[in-house]
Amino acid sequence: MFLGLYNYWIVVLLMMIGFYIVIAHGNLVKKLVGLTIFQTSVFIFYISVGMVERGSAPILAEGINDYSNPLPHVLILTAIVVGIATTALGLALVIRIKESYGCVEEDEIQKLDQLNEENS
Amino acid sequence: MLAHLPILQVVIPLMAAPLCWFLNRSKLVWIFALLVCSATFINSVLLLIEVMKSGTIIYELGGWEAPWGIEYRIDKLNAFLLLIISSIGTVVLFAANTSIQKELSEDRHTLFYSLYLLSLTGMFGIVATGDAFNVFVFLEISSLSAYALIALGKDRRALWAAFQYLIMGTIGATFILIGIGMLYQMTGTLNMSDLAERLVDVGHTRTVFAAFAFLIVGICLKLALFPLHLWLPNAYAYAPSIVTAFLAATSTKVAVYLLIRFTFTVFGISFSFTSLPLQDILMVLGLVGVFVASATAIYQQNVKHILAYSSIAQVGYMIIGYSINTSTGVMATLLHLFNHALMKGALFLALGAVMYRIGSVQLSQFQGLGRRMPLTMSAIVIGGLSLIGVPLTVGFVSKWYLLIASVEAGMWPVAVLLLLGSLLAVVYIWRIVEMAYFRPPLPGRDTVKEAPWTFLAPIWTLVIANIYFGIDTRLSVQVAQAASQSLFGINP
Repeated sequence: MFLGLYNYWIVVLLMMIGFYIVIAHGNLVKKLVGLTIFQTSVFIFYISVGMVERGSAPILAEGINDYSNPLPHVLILTAIVVGIATTALGLALVIRIKESYGCVEEDEIQKLDQLNEENS
Repeated sequence: MLAHLPILQVVIPLMAAPLCWFLNRSKLVWIFALLVCSATFINSVLLLIEVMKSGTIIYELGGWEAPWGIEYRIDKLNAFLLLIISSIGTVVLFAANTSIQKELSEDRHTLFYSLYLLSLTGMFGIVATGDAFNVFVFLEISSLSAYALIALGKDRRALWAAFQYLIMGTIGATFILIGIGMLYQMTGTLNMSDLAERLVDVGHTRTVFAAFAFLIVGICLKLALFPLHLWLPNAYAYAPSIVTAFLAATSTKVAVYLLIRFTFTVFGISFSFTSLPLQDILMVLGLVGVFVASATAIYQQNVKHILAYSSIAQVGYMIIGYSINTSTGVMATLLHLFNHALMKGALFLALGAVMYRIGSVQLSQFQGLGRRMPLTMSAIVIGGLSLIGVPLTVGFVSKWYLLIASVEAGMWPVAVLLLLGSLLAVVYIWRIVEMAYFRPPLPGRDTVKEAPWTFLAPIWTLVIANIYFGIDTRLSVQVAQAASQSLFGINP
């Protein structure tokens, strides 16, 4: 029972790891890595949901009676594309931030902003 | 043609967004985008008339029947939201050409308009669809374009604000995705009305509780409910003026709609408000949000920041109305959705006009502007009065109904706190008024002229709407009432 649902445990573990990285790390690129891990855990969750034990791909063939549910897999293709778009946009922002601030560390950026405010 | 209205609402701006690149001349694209927005506006008006006359419209995509295919379901609530978004989208866009001439470099104009249309598409999609997974996809379409729109801001802090919004927004959207996945796991369906039927049987399981919690937290991140609002002030303050006006008037409203849709239609009132203490939690957060955000607004030096914090407070009011959980309470929330869009649209556009003339929205720069830009500043005053809730403005109408709802439900302390919260709004609006009217102008300000008419026309359209709907409440109240009654299953 406990080990039988191991894929869900992996999902939970990955989710926590990803979430922790997003919160704990000040480096913007690392934050994005954490975000991607977080999203990936949800992808695995959906794929697990659609899986049927000993089920095959949903293609009609002789000798196969059980099919996995294709719908969650298709849904998650969409979510993966969305995830890629998010990561790409995030990385593009990091590049622009690096160009204008000269760093990619959260606390340094905040320090620079504060300095700016005091001077203006 | 009439039968395809629900899908046209989403498809028109979606198709138009890439077409912008073929025009690729700032003015041409602007006229094109304006035409597209007006088309969606007319579309949503037709939809609302149709819905009020003959009830819910169901549109099956590709002719596939509902639980298998995707359906768009337009009832009174959706039609009302579509009208709000499309009208504000059109009015705000009218000032875009003038505003972005100053704030964006020439090569980014086309990008701006196509992102604007995409963001609009996403919001229409979220509201129109009756499919839970579609909500996630459209949510990401509108959010991703919103991140990019915010990053267009001139100040480098816009980039940082956009990045923070991206992190928070993606976490919110992923939470919603987890919630939807769990619902699918338990019921095997994604269609909202189908979900509502099947959730009754599995409503007691832990998975459904977890799904509910994930969805609520995800949506509350999107609607900037205190204390999940941290992304909002900077995102609004450093985005280009037009983007701020557009997002402030529409994006959090869409998230409030999602909250209402999921708790009332999908999970049902009995599940949402009895099996979890959601009502109490949201009521407390809403009230704390009103006070903390209003108090923070008082200490801000950037006027855009003041109004952004005030937005968070206004979201608090919406959530209070919602968590009173009576037909009148939800109606007050819906009214405030509409009214707040009018006020914030007008206020942020007026700030855009100030930005256009003096290049800054720091409070100290407002000195003596009342004499230099009388029309713009009086628009800010009227918008501010509306924000406070002075009679004859829309703000009064929605606060009045909020008070009635809380008194009806026997929540006297809430009614008192609502009034006290409005006093805080008086303080931060007064700071702007005092600066603009009772201080001598800064040296070198003699040349500052009134904003051009392309600004004044949309600003005053919204200001007049603020007053008009504050006096003649038939349209807004009637539609909000019909929508909230249909949510509670009351047939008028």
